[in-house]
Amino acid sequence: MTRAEQIARQGRWLHARRKLANAVFLAGTALATAIALTALALIMQTLVVNGLAGMDLAVFTMSQPVQGMAGGLLNAIIGSLVMCAIGMVIALVIGILAGTWLAEYGDGTRLATVVRFLNDILISAPSILIGLFVYELLVAPFHGFSALAGAVALAILAVPVATRATEDILRLQPYALREAGMALGADRGLVIRAIIWRASRSGLMTGALLSFARISGETAPLIFTSLGNQFVSTRLTQPIAALPTTIFQFGMSGDDNWRRLAWAGALLIALAVLATNVLGRALMRRSNAK
Amino acid sequence: MSFDPPAAGQKTVMIAPPVDDRVIDVHNLDFFYGKAQALFAVDLPVARHAVTALIGPSGCGKSTLLRTLNRIYDLYPGQTARGDIRFDGENILDLARNSENLRARIGMVFQRPTPFPMSIYDNIAFGVRLHRRVGRADMDGIVERALTRAALWDEVKDKLGASGLGLSGGQQQRLCVARGIAINPDVLLLDEPASALDPLSTAKLESTLLELKDSITIVIVTHNLQQAARISDYTGFMLSGRMVEFRPSSEAFVAPETRQMQDYITGRFG
Amino acid sequence: MAVLAPSAAGDRLFRSLCLAAVLAMMAVLGGLIGSLLWGGWPALAHFGPGFFTSSTWDPVAGQFGAAGPVAGTLLTAFLALLLALPVALGTAVFLAEICPQAIARWLAIAVELLAGIPSIVYGMWGLFVLAPWFARHVQVPLMAAATPGSWLERMVTGVPNGANICTASLILAVMVLPYIAAILRELLLSVPPAMREAAYGLGCTRSEVVLRIMLPYVRNSAIGAVMLGLGRALGETMAVTFIIGNSHNFPRSLFGAGSTISSTIANEFNEATGDMHVSALIALGLVLFAITFVTIAAARLLLGRDGGPK
Repeated sequence: MTRAEQIARQGRWLHARRKLANAVFLAGTALATAIALTALALIMQTLVVNGLAGMDLAVFTMSQPVQGMAGGLLNAIIGSLVMCAIGMVIALVIGILAGTWLAEYGDGTRLATVVRFLNDILISAPSILIGLFVYELLVAPFHGFSALAGAVALAILAVPVATRATEDILRLQPYALREAGMALGADRGLVIRAIIWRASRSGLMTGALLSFARISGETAPLIFTSLGNQFVSTRLTQPIAALPTTIFQFGMSGDDNWRRLAWAGALLIALAVLATNVLGRALMRRSNAK
Repeated sequence: MSFDPPAAGQKTVMIAPPVDDRVIDVHNLDFFYGKAQALFAVDLPVARHAVTALIGPSGCGKSTLLRTLNRIYDLYPGQTARGDIRFDGENILDLARNSENLRARIGMVFQRPTPFPMSIYDNIAFGVRLHRRVGRADMDGIVERALTRAALWDEVKDKLGASGLGLSGGQQQRLCVARGIAINPDVLLLDEPASALDPLSTAKLESTLLELKDSITIVIVTHNLQQAARISDYTGFMLSGRMVEFRPSSEAFVAPETRQMQDYITGRFG
Repeated sequence: MAVLAPSAAGDRLFRSLCLAAVLAMMAVLGGLIGSLLWGGWPALAHFGPGFFTSSTWDPVAGQFGAAGPVAGTLLTAFLALLLALPVALGTAVFLAEICPQAIARWLAIAVELLAGIPSIVYGMWGLFVLAPWFARHVQVPLMAAATPGSWLERMVTGVPNGANICTASLILAVMVLPYIAAILRELLLSVPPAMREAAYGLGCTRSEVVLRIMLPYVRNSAIGAVMLGLGRALGETMAVTFIIGNSHNFPRSLFGAGSTISSTIANEFNEATGDMHVSALIALGLVLFAITFVTIAAARLLLGRDGGPK
C-alpha cells in the first residue's frame, strides 16, 4: 500500500467515524428534547385533568370548607388578588423609579454597577428568605400576621424584576429622543416622564406583567407573613388567605375534597401565570414591531 | 447612483477561460430565498490557479453566488439553488445537504474575521484534524506552513498558544485564511474579506492572495474595484441577480462593454 | 440663569426620588442580611461550630444541628442539576441548531412558559403522581432485589412511599430543566452566524460545530446559566417540601426521607417551640442565603463574559 493510499484509507475511516459521532449526537439531542417535553407534558396533563375535575362554580363562590363539607376557594382568590394588587403597586412605584435611575441618571457610576449586580442577585434570591425577613420586620414586632405583611413580601420579590425590566426598556429608547426633548428646553426629569416613559409604555406594561407572573404563584414568603384565613377578609391588618398557601395546606392534607380543591387552585394559578406571560410576550412583540 | 436593470433576456458578455482550465463551472444557476429569486440563469466559469473577482452594487447577488459554491446556504432552510455547478465532474447541487467533504475541498473566508474560541495553533490544527489523523510533529509543520503562506507566521510564532481572539482584526483575518488553506482545499472563497480591515492589513491580505494563487483557485467578492483590478485575473460584474459581464480583468476594467458596467466603474472610480 | 432655576429644581427632586427608590431597594437587601444575622445569632453563638457538624435537630430537647438540612439542600440541588443538565443542554442544542426553526420557535416558547409555572404546581405533581409511581415501580423492586447488607441496599433503603431525596431531586430537576434550557438556547442563538458558517465552511459536522465551536464560544455564560439553575434548585422551597419526607437526619440513603434548609423553615417556622428554635431556623436561613448568594453572584459574574470579536 502506498503512502497516499494509506492516507486516503485513514481519511475515509475518520470520515465514517465523524459521521457516526454526529448521528449519535443528533439522536441524543432529539432524545433529550423528547424527555424534557414528555416530562413537562405529563405535568401539564395531570394538572389540567385534575384541575378541571376539581373545578365547579362553588370554587369561585364559596370559601374554604370545613373538612367533609362543600366549599370553594373564594377566600383564597380574593386574598391573592388583594395582596398581589398592593404588592404590585408598591413594586411598580419603586421598581420604575429605581430602573429609571439606573438607565437615566446612574449610568456609568460605580453605585449603578453595584446596584445592578445586587439587583440581579435579588431577582434569584430564595423567596422563603424574603418571608423570614418580612416576618421579622412586620409580623414579629406587631405580634400578628397580616395581609399587609404578605403584600410587602410579594412587593420585595417583584421590585427587582420591575427594576430590571424598566432599565432594559428605557435603554431601548434612542438617545436622540432625549436630546430632542432637552433641546425644547425641558429638564431631564420632565423629558423622562413626559417623553421616555410615554414612549416606553407598552414595554413598561410588559415589565409589570412579568413581575406579576413572578409573584402570583409564590407560596413560601406568604407562609410566615399572611398565614392564611378560612374566611373572606380584606382587612389589611389581619391574616388573609392566598391561593398558593391554601393549595399547600390542602395538598398536604389527607382530605379528598381539599385535595380536589388544591388541584383546581393549582390550575387557576398556572393559568393566571401562563396568561400573564403570554400577554406580556404579545405586548413586547408589538412594541418591538413598531 | 442607479443603473438600468439588465433586461430579462440580456445575454452575458462573456470571454471565458478555456474549458480545460475550469475548476468550477456554474451554468444557468437560479437561486431563491424562499420565494424571492435572487439569481437568474447565472454563468460563472472559474479558472484554475487564478483569482476570479465578483463585483457589483450591494444586493446584486455576488455574495449569494459565492455562497452557493460550497453550499453554505444549506444552513438556512428555505434557500434553494437550481441549475448546474460542475466541480470535479459532479453537479454539487446534487449532493446531499451539508456535505462536509465538499466544504473540505472548497474553503471559505468571511467578511468579518471568525477566529474560533481556541488558541492560534488550534485554530489551524482543528480543521486539519477533522479530515485526517496527524501526529504532533507533522501538525507543527502544517501549522507553520499555513501561517507562513498566510503571511502571519512572523507575527505569531512566539504566541501560538495564545487565544486567536486576542489578535488584531487584520491578523485574525489572515488567521482565517491560514485556517482555510491548511486543509489543502482546491478552491478558496472569500466574501469581502477586507471590508473590515485597515489599508495596511488589506495590502498584506492581498499579497497573501497573490502568492496563494499558484496552488489554490481563489474566488473573491469585493466592493473595492481597485482591489479587484489589482489582484484578479477574471472579473464578473453582476447586477440585479444577473451576470452582466465576465471577462479577463485586464480588459474588463479598461473597456467595459455594457453601459451598466461602464456606469458602475466610472461612478466608483470617478 | 434664573430662567432655568425652577425646572432645575424640579429635575433635582425627580432625580432624588429615583435615587431614593434605588436606596430603598438596597436597604431591603441590607435589612434582609441584617435580620438573618440578628435573628440567627443566638443559635449560632449558642451551638458554635457544632451547629454545622451536628445532625441532631431536636426541638423538644432544644438541640439544633444543621448538618442534615444543609447536606440535604446541597445533595438535592446537585443531584437535580446532574439529572437536568444533560437533558437541558440536549434540548437547547436541538431547539437552537437542529430542529427546523418554524417548529423550534413554538417549542422554545413552550419551554419558556413552563419555566414560569409556579413551583407549587411541580410540588403537587411530585406528591400525587411521581411519588406513588416511584415507590411502586422503582423503590420497592429495587429494595426487593438488593442483597441485604450490600451497598445497593444501603443506598435504596427507606420508607417505600416515594417521599425521599431521590424524588425530591427528580422534581427539582424537572423544575430547573426548562429554566436552564431556555437560557442555554438563547446563548447558542447569540453565537454570530459567521462563526457557525466558518465552522461549517471548514467541513465540520453539526456535532463538531456545536460542541467545539459554539459551546466554547459561550462557555462562561453557559456556566453562569447552569449556576443560576443551581441557585434556583438550592433555594426552591415548595416543590421540595411536598415530597422530601421531612426528616432531619443526615441523609444516608438516596431513597430515605430527608430535608432541605427551605423545607425545614417552611414546615417549622410557624410552629417553632421556643426562641432557640426560631433562632436556629433563621440561622439556617442565613446559611441558605450565604450559599445562594455566592452561587448567584458567581453566575452573574460569568454571564455575558465571553470573548469574541466585537
